[in-house]
Amino acid sequence: MRNEMDYEVVIGLETHAELSTATKIFCGCKNEFGGEPNSHCCPVCTGMPGTLPILNKKVVEYATRMGLALDCKINQVCKQDRKNYFYPDLPKAYQISQFDIPLCENGHLDIVVGGQTRRIGVTRIHIEEDAGKLQHEEEFGGSLVDYNRCGVPLIEIVSEPDLRSAEEAKAYLEMLKQILQYLDISDCKMQEGSIRCDVNVSVRRRGETAFGTRCEMKNVNSFSAAYRAIEFEAKRQIHILERGGTVEQETRRWDDVKGQSTVMRTKEDAQDYRYFPEPDLMTIIVTDEELQRYREEMPELPGAKYRRYTEELGLPAYDAGILVESATRARFFDECLRIGGCKPKAVSNWLLGDILKVLNELDRDIADTPLTPARLVELIKLIDAKTISNTAGKTVLDAIIAEDKDPAAIVKEKGLAQISDASALEGIVDEVLAANQKSVEDYRAGKTNALGFLMGQAMKASRGQGNPQMFRELLLKKLG
Amino acid sequence: MELFELTASALSEKLRRGECSSVEATQSVLSRIQATEDKVHAYVTLDGEKALAAAEETDRLRAAGESLPPLAGVPIGIKDNICTKGLRTTCSSKMLHNFVPPYNATVMEKIYANHMVVLGKLNMDEFAMGSSCETSYFGPTKNPQNLDYIPGGSSGGSAAAVAAGEAYVTLGSDTGGSIRQPSGCCGVVGLKPTYGAVSRYGLIAFASSLDQIGPLGRSVDDVAMLYDVICGHDERDATSARREYAPVYGNLDASVQGMTIGLPKEYFGEGIEEEVKTAVLAAAEELRRQGAVLKEISLPSTDYALPAYYIISSAEASSNLARYDGIKYGYRAAEFDNLIDLYETTRSEGFGREVKRRIMLGTFVLSSGYYDAYYKKAKLTQQRIAAEFDAAFADCDVILTPAAPSTAFRLGERIGDPLKMYAADLCTVPVNIAGLPAMVQPCGRAKNGLPIGLQLIGAKFSEKTLLGVGKAYETATGAFGVAAVK
Repeated sequence: MRNEMDYEVVIGLETHAELSTATKIFCGCKNEFGGEPNSHCCPVCTGMPGTLPILNKKVVEYATRMGLALDCKINQVCKQDRKNYFYPDLPKAYQISQFDIPLCENGHLDIVVGGQTRRIGVTRIHIEEDAGKLQHEEEFGGSLVDYNRCGVPLIEIVSEPDLRSAEEAKAYLEMLKQILQYLDISDCKMQEGSIRCDVNVSVRRRGETAFGTRCEMKNVNSFSAAYRAIEFEAKRQIHILERGGTVEQETRRWDDVKGQSTVMRTKEDAQDYRYFPEPDLMTIIVTDEELQRYREEMPELPGAKYRRYTEELGLPAYDAGILVESATRARFFDECLRIGGCKPKAVSNWLLGDILKVLNELDRDIADTPLTPARLVELIKLIDAKTISNTAGKTVLDAIIAEDKDPAAIVKEKGLAQISDASALEGIVDEVLAANQKSVEDYRAGKTNALGFLMGQAMKASRGQGNPQMFRELLLKKLG
Repeated sequence: MELFELTASALSEKLRRGECSSVEATQSVLSRIQATEDKVHAYVTLDGEKALAAAEETDRLRAAGESLPPLAGVPIGIKDNICTKGLRTTCSSKMLHNFVPPYNATVMEKIYANHMVVLGKLNMDEFAMGSSCETSYFGPTKNPQNLDYIPGGSSGGSAAAVAAGEAYVTLGSDTGGSIRQPSGCCGVVGLKPTYGAVSRYGLIAFASSLDQIGPLGRSVDDVAMLYDVICGHDERDATSARREYAPVYGNLDASVQGMTIGLPKEYFGEGIEEEVKTAVLAAAEELRRQGAVLKEISLPSTDYALPAYYIISSAEASSNLARYDGIKYGYRAAEFDNLIDLYETTRSEGFGREVKRRIMLGTFVLSSGYYDAYYKKAKLTQQRIAAEFDAAFADCDVILTPAAPSTAFRLGERIGDPLKMYAADLCTVPVNIAGLPAMVQPCGRAKNGLPIGLQLIGAKFSEKTLLGVGKAYETATGAFGVAAVK
C-alpha cells in the first residue's frame, strides 16, 4: 500500500459569511442573531404571497469592499437570479442569489503557511440571502421552522481549487475571517454560524496534472471542523483509490461530532436549480464614484499590517502575528502608536501578555472594556517614568478594567507611586542594613545571594513602592 | 335611474353635492348584488357589513365638512389576487382558499386612504391563469351581457361586476390581457397601465415581469379617476417607476385632432373575426372623422408574442408559485408520508389543471439544457417586439387594434382546448411583452348582442393620451351602461 504522502490533496472552499448590516437584505427586519423564533420577520422575509424584495444597498457595498480587499474585478453592472428548490426553511422556495454574473470575480488571497506565502485564487464573490432554520422537536413529533435567519445577507466567497492541505485551508479561512473583521462587514461569530463553508476535496497522485473526482462536504461550521473534514475526506478517497476503486462525485454531510461524513446525494440526484434572472429586482449598479470611495476607505489589511509591524517597527514575527490576528487588537495597537510616547514593543508586550490574559479570563474583546489606547499609553508612560513599578502597573491594569478609571487616578488612590527620592530610599536602606547584620556579614563573606534577601526587605519596608533599581544601587554602594 | 347604475364620476359628483350618501349608494349596489349575483357570480368574498361601515364613515367625514378625494365613498370591488389585510385573498385557488393576508397591498392602502368603500373580492381564473374565468376553484363567473357566455379572464369577476352594476369600479390585474380581454367581453372600459406605473406590492405574483394592476369602470372618466388613485412610485416595489404622476382625471384632452393613429395590419388579418374587424375599423373611421390621421403600420414580430409570452410567464409562474408548498399558509394535504409527499400531495390537490400545466411548462423551459432554447430566446423575442413598438411610436400617437380576436365565447367552449383558449389573448399579449399601457373600451356589438372591444395602445407612460382618445370616442358614441342581466 502506498503512503498517503504519495497523494496530493486538492481543496476548494465555498465560504458563506453573514454580513453585519443593520437590516436584512430584502426587507427592513433587524439583522440580529437570536431572539424568539419568528420574532425577526415580516411578510417579505417569510415569503407571504404578493410581497416583493427591495435590495439593501449596504449589502452591495459590503460585498464590493470584500471584493476589493481580495483584488477582485468588480462587475459594476450585475444582476440577481433565483435559485429554485424546495425546502421548508426557504419560504419562497427560491433563494435570491447571483448566478452567471457575480458582483466580484477573479481575485486572490495570500496566505502564509510554514513561513511560505501562497497565493490562493478567488473565483467569485456573490451576494445572496440566508434561509431559516429547522428545529426538529422530539416532543412535537415533527419539525418547526424559525424564519428569523431568512433574508440575513450573505456573501459566498468561492476559491479556486488551489489549496493543497487542511492546514492551508485553515489558514485561508482564518485570513478570510481577519479581512472580514478588518473591513468591519461581518461579526465572524463562528458559534452563531456567521461563517460557514462547503468544502470540495479531491485527491490525485503527486505529479498528476488532472484533478481527481471531487466530493463536496456541507455542514462544516468551524475552521477546525474544516480541517478535520478535509483530513477525513482525503483519507477516505485515498483509501478508495488504493483499493482500486473510483471516487464517486457526491455531496456529503460532515458530522463533526462523529468525525465522519455521510452521503447526502450522488451526482445522479444533482438538483437542477433552474436559475433565471430575478424579475422583481433591478440591475445592480456600482458607480465609479462608489468604487473610488471604497478604495479610498480601504483599511490597511492584515497582510500589509504584518509586514509593517515586522519590517518597519521591528516587532518579532510572533508579536506581529498575534497583533494582526484580531482587527480590534491591531486597531488598538495602532492607536497607541498614534498617541505616541511609548515604544511599540512595550505596547505589544502589554497587549500580548497581561492584557490578553485578563481578556481571556473575562472572555471579552478589548473593545468592550474600559481599557482604551490612551489609558494603556498613560500606563506605559508611568512605568517608563518610573512613577510606578512594573508590578504596580499590573495592579493598575486590573483596576482600569474593573473600575473604569484613568491610570493616574488609580495610582493616586491606591498609593502605588514608586519612591524614587534618593534620600527617602537611603533612610530605608540604612534601617534594613541595621536590622539585618547577619545578612550583611554573609554578603561580605561572599554569599552574594544575601543581596536578594536585603532587596526584599527594602521593598517590604517601602510597601512595594521603592524604586527597585535605586534600592539595588544603594545597597551595593553601602555593602561596598 | 337607480344609484348603482351611475358611473363612478357621476356618483362622485352627487356625493360631493350632497344629493345622496355613500351609504345609499352602497346599499343600492349591495341590493343589486343580491339581485344578480346568483346569476353572475362575480364575487368570491363579499364584505357588505364592512362596506356599509366604511360608507358611514365617509358620510360622517363629509358631514363634518372634511374635504374628501373624488372617489371617497364610492363602492369598489377588488380582484382576489390583491392582498387585503384581514380579508380573505384566494387567487380563486383551493391552494389559498383560507389565506387571510396580514398586510395590505400598496394599492389597497391607497384605496383606503381615498376612503373608497371596498365591497369584496372578485372572482378570477385561478392565479390569473386563463381567459374565461372558468379555472376558478369557486366556479365560473358569467357574462352579464349573456349568462351563457364567459366574461373573459382572468379578471372576469372585475369586468362582470362593473358590467352588472355590482360595483362602480373595480381593480383587476393584467399579465397578458387579463384586464382588457374581459373588458372587451363584458363591454366595459379597462386600463392596463405601463409596467411600473402601479405598485405590484401585494399583488399575488403570476408573472412578475408582466403583471400590472389596473382599473375597470363603465366610463373612461371612471377609469381615469381610479388610475389617479393607484398609480405612483412605491419604495416597496423595485420595479416601480420613479416619476411624477400628474392627475389625469379632469385634465383629459378629449380630442384626436391632428393625431396619428396606427393600425397594425397584423391585428386585422387571419384569426380575427370579421364582425370584430368591421367594428374596430368603424371606430377608427369615427376617430378619423374627428380629425385623426389613420396610418397602416406593421409590427412584424406579433406572431411570436404569444409563444414568447407563454414561455416567459410560465417560467416566472413556476417559480412564483413554488412557495405554495403546504408549509406556511394556505392548503395543506390532510395526509402525507414525508416531506416530499407533503409537497407533492399538497400541490397536486391544491392547484387546478391549468395552473399545473403552466407550472410544468415553466419548469421545463427553465431546466438546464432547455433554458437557452426557450427562455433565453423568448427574452430576445421580447426585446424585438418592444423595439418594433418603439419604432411605431415614432410615427404614431396611439395604436388601435381589436381587444380580442373574437367576442366572448360560450362557457365550456374552449376549456378543454388550451391552445384555443390562449388565442383569446392574441391582441393583448404583445402589450405586456413590451411593458406598454393599453386600454380597451366597447365599440359596438356583434349580431349575437355581445360587446366588441377596441384596444388603444400607447407609448410608455402615455396613459393620459390613451384616456383622452378613449374619451373622444366615448363622447361621440356613448358608453354601454349597466347590463340588464337576464
